Amino acid sequence: MNKTAPKKPELQLQGALDLSPSPESCPVTFRERYGHFIDGKRVAGKDADDFDTLNPATGQPIARVAAADATEVDKAVKAARKAYDKVWSKMSPADRGKYIYRIARRLQERSRELAVAETIDNGKPIRETRDVDVPLAAQHFFYYAGWADKLQYAAPGRDVRPLGVAAQVIPWNFPLLMAAWKIAPALAAGNTVVIKPAETTPITVTMLTEIFEEIDLPPGVVNVVNGAGATGAALVTHPDVDKVAFTGSTGVGRIIMRAIAGTKKKATMELGGKGANIVFADAALDQAVEGVINGIFFNQGHVCCAGSRLLVEESIAADFLDRLRRRVSTLRIGNPLDKNTDIGAINSAEQLATVERYIAIGQREGAELWQGAACARPDAGYFVMPTILTGVQQSDTVVREEIFGPVLSVLTFRTPDEAVKKANDTEYGLAAGVWTEKTSKLFDVAHRLNAGVVWANGYNLFDPASPFGGIRHSGFGREGGPAGLMPYLEVR
Amino acid sequence: MPIPYSEGERRRWRSARVDNASVLARTQRAQKRSIKTESKVRLLKLALNMIDLTTLEGQDTPQKVAALCRKASLPFQEMPDLPTVAAVCVYPNMVPHARKALGSNSPVKLAAVATAFPSGQLPLALKVEEVRKTVAMGADEIDMVIDRGAFLAGQDEKVYEEIAAVKEACGTARLKVILETGELGTLDNVASASRLAIAAGGDFIKTSTGKINPAATMETTLVMLEAIREHYLETGEMIGMKPAGGIRTAKQSLHYLVLVAETLGAGWMTNEWFRFGASSLANDILRQLARRADGHYQSPRRFSVD
Repeated sequence: MNKTAPKKPELQLQGALDLSPSPESCPVTFRERYGHFIDGKRVAGKDADDFDTLNPATGQPIARVAAADATEVDKAVKAARKAYDKVWSKMSPADRGKYIYRIARRLQERSRELAVAETIDNGKPIRETRDVDVPLAAQHFFYYAGWADKLQYAAPGRDVRPLGVAAQVIPWNFPLLMAAWKIAPALAAGNTVVIKPAETTPITVTMLTEIFEEIDLPPGVVNVVNGAGATGAALVTHPDVDKVAFTGSTGVGRIIMRAIAGTKKKATMELGGKGANIVFADAALDQAVEGVINGIFFNQGHVCCAGSRLLVEESIAADFLDRLRRRVSTLRIGNPLDKNTDIGAINSAEQLATVERYIAIGQREGAELWQGAACARPDAGYFVMPTILTGVQQSDTVVREEIFGPVLSVLTFRTPDEAVKKANDTEYGLAAGVWTEKTSKLFDVAHRLNAGVVWANGYNLFDPASPFGGIRHSGFGREGGPAGLMPYLEVR
Repeated sequence: MPIPYSEGERRRWRSARVDNASVLARTQRAQKRSIKTESKVRLLKLALNMIDLTTLEGQDTPQKVAALCRKASLPFQEMPDLPTVAAVCVYPNMVPHARKALGSNSPVKLAAVATAFPSGQLPLALKVEEVRKTVAMGADEIDMVIDRGAFLAGQDEKVYEEIAAVKEACGTARLKVILETGELGTLDNVASASRLAIAAGGDFIKTSTGKINPAATMETTLVMLEAIREHYLETGEMIGMKPAGGIRTAKQSLHYLVLVAETLGAGWMTNEWFRFGASSLANDILRQLARRADGHYQSPRRFSVD
């Protein structure tokens, strides 16, 4: 019984839990080719610019995907307009609600299939698609279904009307969930939709169109066009679109805003972020570690509101980083379909290159690199080990620019004022987190942070009843809650 | 090594800060670990080997204890290669009978509860006497209870002195300090009492007597494991952990082992440093292991009650 270890004791965390592979089985039959969904019909689309969608965990193609050109986009918008004029706007709000409830229920019924498909197409771990993406998508439909016949309460004393046809462009980081965030409030408010999934992740949105078929959603109420930037441009600039909703990078958001400037179109933009997670010395430190990990390593850091900047009080910085590194050493990187995987694959070779470029820039600018996990990085596929950059400064690229990967930049502060100043020292303003057990400090700091969302002793917690959105270069407009209806309503 | 009592020490352990919601989320995440095939067999055998097979009833008899000792040494006749459990855990009066049943060279340790278990409501001198006698009768390990009333009243020095006195009375027997977390009310208190018990010289900290609901939970266990980690990283001294009460299924035991491995690492994945206080857990583990061996779930009746 040797109770004392020599010198600086350290835990043997790596290898302490040797788990056999536990892959989720695949109940999905992928199509050879994914086309569009226009006016309630599956449209094969043209061969001209079609492309592959890959499994990022292997780099192997899953299927061909059609790219809609301007003519096909026009057909989709016309179908949405016809459905709006002839069916959806004429339908009683309660009946619209019924359809949305049906979508929600069918999403739950097909949840396992959707989770597996999302994991294969996107690269994110099955643990997340199963426990977050798919259930949360269903919750959004349930939540907004309830609003469909209660819209007058969204703006009491005022008259509210739908806008018409909404053009929605969504990103690859939460393909199904972002579709739910966009489609559910639009339909509840009485609009019809043309939506374009990201080119690297078209599959679950196509499966959602199967659900529309199964529940007999009237043709044209939701239309899907696949494709890349050109398709998205044709969609948002289409003259008969009343509303543009975009989630994605700030760069593309700017292009869209320029393109629709001077038109009647209403817009909401949910763009990039550089979230600050502020940990005070009087926080519950072991729990704050969990929050920091949820903040930056959830979904491989492919989260617009990711807590990519850790601001930690200088007096506990060394201790806190030790705790953080220990916990990261227990995270499992690898096959996203394995139920024990914590860190899955980066969505594309392009994004992998971006993340690696930022890590290199960080090191060149003087950052100290630490990477760790419970197991080695897989050889095939696109993976980045959880990364912590220390010794960085406010002016460094990795502190200013959104990396959109599992890379945490660590800064320190000495006083609450300094923490607030540094947290607000960014072009973005999407999300922030504050960790302290002292309530007075919590409220004081939270109210001084310039961000659309501030989490208190938590991070990356989402609920359909809670509004989400940014300020400054993180965009405008809110999704979720009653506030999420407003971008889809005209209030008179 | 005990840390001498001082007002500064007291402030340190009383300054524990735990966020309940995050602790719950962490334990829920641990329960998402999927433990299959070879790793399941390996960890189930380890869990079996970590059990303190317990009987603490007013109606216990020498015969009942002898039966328990047999089961502890050879959990399942049909699978003789399985490990033994870690220990049997009995009342002091049953120690001589258990010692006789186990013999002197058993790999199964003999643990006894003492110090006016389960309430702890007895003068210190009598508690110390009880511990001395129990060790003299052949106990390898003593499971003591802390004076929860004193702890909740802020009389930390009294709690500390009692643990220190009992530790001394234990001699070479290992001391497990039961915090009775179900009576402490908050996770902050669990963290504080853990630090106190470690400072006063406990070799193990243990959640519960099994007589109070709630007994062991994943949340209290995580907070106690974190206190053990903090002590180890500061001093290099390992402290053992024993959740007890309410752990009945093999699956639960695997989730606990996930918490241990991910909080304290490989060093604690042995019955020297981690125990389950349980009675019905063993049979559920045996049932799962038998299922892994021959592919069929046996009736629970296939496994002897003790």
